[in-house]
Amino acid sequence: MNSFSIADCTTVDAALSQLKDDAVVKAGGVDLLDRMKDGIEQPTRLVNIRNVAELRGIRETDQGMTLGPLTTLAEISDYAHIREHYQILADACGHAATPHIRNMATVGGNLLQRVQCWYYRSADFQCFRHGKDLCFAFEGLNQYHAIMEYGTCPSVAPSSAAVALLGLGATVELTSAKRGKRTLGIRELYIVPDANPTKFTVIEPDELITAILVPKPAPGTRSAYQKYGEKESFDWAIADAGVVLEMEGDICKRAVITMGAASPVVRRSAQAEAALAGKPINEETARAAGKLAVEGATPLSMNAYKLDLFPVAVYRTVLLAAGKMNRDPSAAG
Amino acid sequence: MTKEPIEDALTAQAAAPAKKTVQMPVGVPGYTLAEETRSVPATEPPVWPINKDLKYVGQPIERYDGLLKACGRARYTADVQLPGMLYAKFVNATVPHAKVVSIDTSAAEKYPGVKGVHVIQHVLGNAQLRNPALDPAKYPVVRYAGQPMAAIAATTPYAAEEAAALVKVKYDTMPFVVDDVKARDPDAPNVFPGAADEAGSAGGGGGPHGVAQTGNIHGPSIHKRGDSEQGFKDADVVVEGHYVTQVQTHSALETHGVVADWKPDLLTVYASTQGTSGVREELAGFFKIPLTNVRVITEYMGGGFGAKFGAGNPGVVAAALSKKTGAPVRLMLDRQEEHLSVGNRPSSDQVLRIGAKKDGTLTAIHLIAYGTAGCGTGAGCAGPAQNLYQAASLHTEENDVFINAGPASAMRAPGHPQGAFALEQTMDDLAVKLNMEPIDLRDKADTHPVRRVERQIVRESELWKSRNPVAGADQGPVKRGIGLAQSVWYRFVSMGSNAEVRIHKDGSLEVFSGVQDIGSGIRTVMAQILAEQFGVPPSQIAVKVGDTNYPEGPQSGGSVTTLSLTPVVRDAAWQASQKFLADIAPALGTTAGDLVLVDGEVRSHSGKVAPISFKRAASKMTTSQIAVQAKRIPDYDPKKYLTYGGVDVAEVEVDTEAGRIHVRRVLSVHDCGRPMNPAQTISQINGGIIQGISFTLLENRLLDPKYGVMVNPDLEQYKIVGSREIPEIDVRLVEAYLGQSSTDASGIGEAAGVVSIGAAVANAVYNATGVRIRHTPMTPAVVLAALRAQGKKMA
Ligand SMILES: Cc1cc2nc3c(=O)[nH]c(=O)nc-3n(C[C@H](O)[C@H](O)[C@H](O)COP(=O)(O)OP(=O)(O)OC[C@H]3O[C@@H](n4cnc5c(N)ncnc54)[C@H](O)[C@@H]3O)c2cc1C
Repeated sequence: MNSFSIADCTTVDAALSQLKDDAVVKAGGVDLLDRMKDGIEQPTRLVNIRNVAELRGIRETDQGMTLGPLTTLAEISDYAHIREHYQILADACGHAATPHIRNMATVGGNLLQRVQCWYYRSADFQCFRHGKDLCFAFEGLNQYHAIMEYGTCPSVAPSSAAVALLGLGATVELTSAKRGKRTLGIRELYIVPDANPTKFTVIEPDELITAILVPKPAPGTRSAYQKYGEKESFDWAIADAGVVLEMEGDICKRAVITMGAASPVVRRSAQAEAALAGKPINEETARAAGKLAVEGATPLSMNAYKLDLFPVAVYRTVLLAAGKMNRDPSAAG
Repeated sequence: MTKEPIEDALTAQAAAPAKKTVQMPVGVPGYTLAEETRSVPATEPPVWPINKDLKYVGQPIERYDGLLKACGRARYTADVQLPGMLYAKFVNATVPHAKVVSIDTSAAEKYPGVKGVHVIQHVLGNAQLRNPALDPAKYPVVRYAGQPMAAIAATTPYAAEEAAALVKVKYDTMPFVVDDVKARDPDAPNVFPGAADEAGSAGGGGGPHGVAQTGNIHGPSIHKRGDSEQGFKDADVVVEGHYVTQVQTHSALETHGVVADWKPDLLTVYASTQGTSGVREELAGFFKIPLTNVRVITEYMGGGFGAKFGAGNPGVVAAALSKKTGAPVRLMLDRQEEHLSVGNRPSSDQVLRIGAKKDGTLTAIHLIAYGTAGCGTGAGCAGPAQNLYQAASLHTEENDVFINAGPASAMRAPGHPQGAFALEQTMDDLAVKLNMEPIDLRDKADTHPVRRVERQIVRESELWKSRNPVAGADQGPVKRGIGLAQSVWYRFVSMGSNAEVRIHKDGSLEVFSGVQDIGSGIRTVMAQILAEQFGVPPSQIAVKVGDTNYPEGPQSGGSVTTLSLTPVVRDAAWQASQKFLADIAPALGTTAGDLVLVDGEVRSHSGKVAPISFKRAASKMTTSQIAVQAKRIPDYDPKKYLTYGGVDVAEVEVDTEAGRIHVRRVLSVHDCGRPMNPAQTISQINGGIIQGISFTLLENRLLDPKYGVMVNPDLEQYKIVGSREIPEIDVRLVEAYLGQSSTDASGIGEAAGVVSIGAAVANAVYNATGVRIRHTPMTPAVVLAALRAQGKKMA
C-alpha cells in the first residue's frame, strides 16, 4: 500500500469542501483499504467521513424511511422496524460478510464498493476496468463470474444491500458543493462496463451520498433476501436473490425479483416477476419464476452451475418471502 | 555414602547396558488389554500403569500456557521487538518462468529509510538440478511467480515495502506450464532443463531422489509386493476409480518469518519454526559458522503443519541483512507470499484399482498416481494403499509432475489425505459391489488390532446405527448420509530428543529441552510428567523450551514430538528423583531404597521417617541443585506396532439442488498409544477434522493457466472453513498401549482425522445421494456437475 494523507471530517460541508484534487472518500474503509492493499489504487488523499454524525442513523418518515449512508450494516439488520417491514433489507445487511465487517461497513460504502473479480482486484492483472484493453476472466478462471448482461466485463455486483434496496425501489440522494443535490434510483447509480469500463458509478469525485430513501411498502408486502456462497461463513455470493411480493389475499399483485452475483450490475428479472404477478405463490409458481430468472443467460467456461443455483435461490426466496418455507440452511451467513 | 542401585545401574550402563525384564500393559483397556514382556535398560523407570491409575499423566490438565495465549501475552515471533530493529521485505518474481538478466537495486538503495539490500544467490526450497551446469545463470532461474529474488531492510515496514517496489528485475521469460495434466504432455515446456530432485525436510516432504525423469515427470517410483497380474486374475470383483485432489496451502495463522540478530560472535534468531535445531543447522551451514555461534528461539508458534522446517529463504535472507546492516532484522511474510513460496500440499491424480474375492479378501491393489509439488517433489500418495490393507498383491507407481509453481513441503500426513481419499472411496465402492456393509469389508480386509476395536466402537455408536444402508434413500432435495473411512500413520522416533531436569534446593523443579511447542502442547505434557514423578501439581513445574541453548529437542514433524521426548523427560525426572532420594537419605537417617516420593511427600517404606513434604526434603539436599540430562533410547521393541490410525465417520446433508454439502456430525475414533493429555489430544483431532473438511470442501490454490499467477492469494477467495462449516465432532480416544517406552506415548498430529475425513465425507455423500464424487474440493459447482452427470439432480 502507498503512503497517503487523511483528512478527518465531522460535517458534510467540511467533507464536501475536501473533495478535490483526486481525494477519495473513506467511510468504513473495508473496500477502499482492500483496494489499496491489493495495490490496484494508489490515492494520495483520503477524506474520512466516518465521523460525520449527521450521515449516520435511521429515520422513519411518513413516506417510508431515510437511511444515513454511514449507518452500519449491523445497525440496519438489528433495527426492529426494518426487521418488521423491510425484511429483505434486514436479511441483506445481516447476511453480508462477517459480524466484524458488518460493524465497520456502512450502507453507503456497501453500495459503492467495486465489483468482484479476482483479476480486477489483483495488481498482477491490468484489465478493461483499469483502462487497459483486455479481460482475463473470459479465458481464465471464471467460476465466480457473471452469467448475464456482462458485455466486456463478467465481474459481478458485490453489494447485498443493493439487491435489497433495488427490490424496495429505494433512491439515493447525492450532494456536491458546486451542483447541489440530485436523486437517483439504485439501478441508475451504476454504470455498465460497456458504457464506461473505468467508471463504476455515476457519482462524481466531488459528490457524496447523503441519504438513502426507502419508500413505504404497499400494504400486504412481504419480502426476503438469501445469499448462497461456497461456504456459510463470510463468503461472497455465488448466487443471491431479493424478493418483494405485494400480496392481496393469496394472490401476488406485484413481484420484484432482484439478483446480484449474476451480472456486473445489480438487476431485476422482469421475466421472473411476470411469472408471479397475478398468481398464488406456491412451489410451482416459485420454481417457474426461478427458471425464468436465468432466461437468456450465457455462462462462461466454468460457471454453468450458476444456471442451477440462481433458480434455486429465487424459488426458495420467493417461498421464504411468502412465508411458505423456512430460511434455507444452504443460504450462507 | 553407600552406592544406591540406580548409581550402580548408571555406571554399569556405560560398560554394557544392563537390562531388566518388565511386564507392560499392551492393548486397549476394555477390549484387548494384556501384559507383554519387554527387556529394557536397567536405568529405565518403573512401568507406568494405564492412565486411570495415574494422577497427572493421562488427565485433561489445562494448557500450561492457555491463559497467556488467551490474553495475548504469549510472545510470537512477530511480537519480538529489538532495539534498532529493521523491517525487511522480499522482492518476488512476477513471472512464472524466466532467466534473470539483471536486478537493479539502485533506486531502492536510495529510498529514505533503507539500510540494506540483499540479492538472493541461492534460492532454497526448489528442486535442484542433478547437473547444475545446465543452468549457468548469474541469478537463480525463476521457476514460479512469487519466487523471492531480493530483499530490502528499512527502518519501517512501509519504507521497506515501497523500496521493494523500486527494484527493477529484467527477465528473459521462458515458456511455462502451471496445469499438472498439461505438464505431463511430452510437448509441454520443461520446468527444469534436466533431472532435478528436492531435499526433504525433517517433517518429510521432498520426493525420492535419483528416479527417472522424462520431461516434467519425475518418476515413477515403483513399489511392489506379490504378483498383481495374478492378483487381478484371482479376483471375483474388480473396482476402479479416477480420483483428483487439488493443491492446498498450509495457511497457518502465523506466516513464516524470523527476527535475526547478527552479532560478531552470536547470531540469535527468533523463528516461527517446527524445529529450532534444524534452523540452527541450516544457518550454521549456510554461513559456515560453528553451531555454537547460532542460537534459535521459538517461544510461541502460530502453526506450521509441516511447512516450517529449516531457516528457509526468510531465515537466511534476514540473517544476511542483519549481518550487512549490523542491526536486528525482522522478516515476516505476508499472506500472499505465504501461499506462494513456502510450501503446499501437492495435488493428486490417481487411478486406483482393487481386486477382491467374494468374501472381501483383497487379491490386488494397483495405483498409478501423478501429482504436482510445483517446482519441488514429494507428491507421492501411495502410503495408504501400501499400508492400510494387506492385499495378496500390491503395485503402486508414484510420479511427481513439475509445474511452474511454488515448491510443496511436508503437510500434515504428507500424501495421506490424497491417498486415503482414493483408497477409502474405492473400498466403499467395493463394498457396494460385494453387497457387503463397508464396515464388514474393513473387518475382513484390515488386520490391525486397534482399528478392529475402533470399528467396534463405531458399530456400537448411535451415529453409525442411524445409517441407512440404502444409498440415496431420502426423499426431497436435501438428503442425509453417513460414511466412514480409515486412516493410517506411522510410528517415527526422533533420536535427537534430549531433556534436562533440575531439582533446586528450594524444592522448585525445572525441565529444559530445545523442543518447540508448536501448539500441540508439549510444554503441558512435560509439566505433567514431572508432576507425576514428584507429586506436585503441573502448574508448579517450570518448563523451558524453544531455545537451542537447552539440550537439543526433536523437530516437530512426522508426529514425533510427544512420543520421542516424553520418555526422555520421564527418564531424566526419574533418575533425578533417585539421585535426590540418595542425596537426602543420610540426612533423614535412612537409605534411598527406603524412600519414595508420593503425592508431594517423601515417605519411608519402613516407617522409620515420618512423611515430609517434597519442599522440606529438598532443603536437606547437599548441593544447590541436582541436574540430570537424558537422551532418547530406542523403542523397547522397535519391530512391533509400527502403524496406528483411526476410523472416522461423517454425517452429511447434501442439498441436491443447491449443490451444498453440509457436514453435520463427525465421530472420530483414534488411537495414539497412551494419550498423555486427552484434552490436548482431542484438540489435535478436532483440528485435523476441521482442516480435512476444509481441504475436502473448499481450499484450492488457483493458478491462472495463461499467466501462471495465483488468483486467490488471500484468505478471502482462498476459502477455509469458518465456524459455520464445522460439525459437531465427537472424539473417542482409544488408549492403545504398545509397550514401547517409559511413557508409551505415540503421536497424533498427523493421524488425527485429516487423513480419513475427506473419504468419510465422500462416502457419506454417496450414501446420501447414490453419487460418488471423486474430486476435491467438493464445491457446489463440483457437486451439481456430479449429480447432473448421473442424472440424480433434483428438479
Ligand atoms: C470477506 C468479506 C466478505 C464480504 N461479503 C460481503 C457480502 O456478502 N455482501 C456485501 O454486500 N458485501 C460484502 N463484503 C463487502 C463489504 O460489505 C463492503 O466492503 C463494505 O460494505 C464497504 O463499506 P465501507 O463503509 O467500508 O466502504 P468504504 O470502503 O469506506 O467505501 C467503499 C467505496 O465507496 C465510497 N464511499 C463510501 N461512502 C461514500 C459516501 N457516503 N459518498 C460517496 N462515496 C462513498 C468510497 O470512496 C469507496 O470507493 C465483504 C467483504 C469482505 C472483506
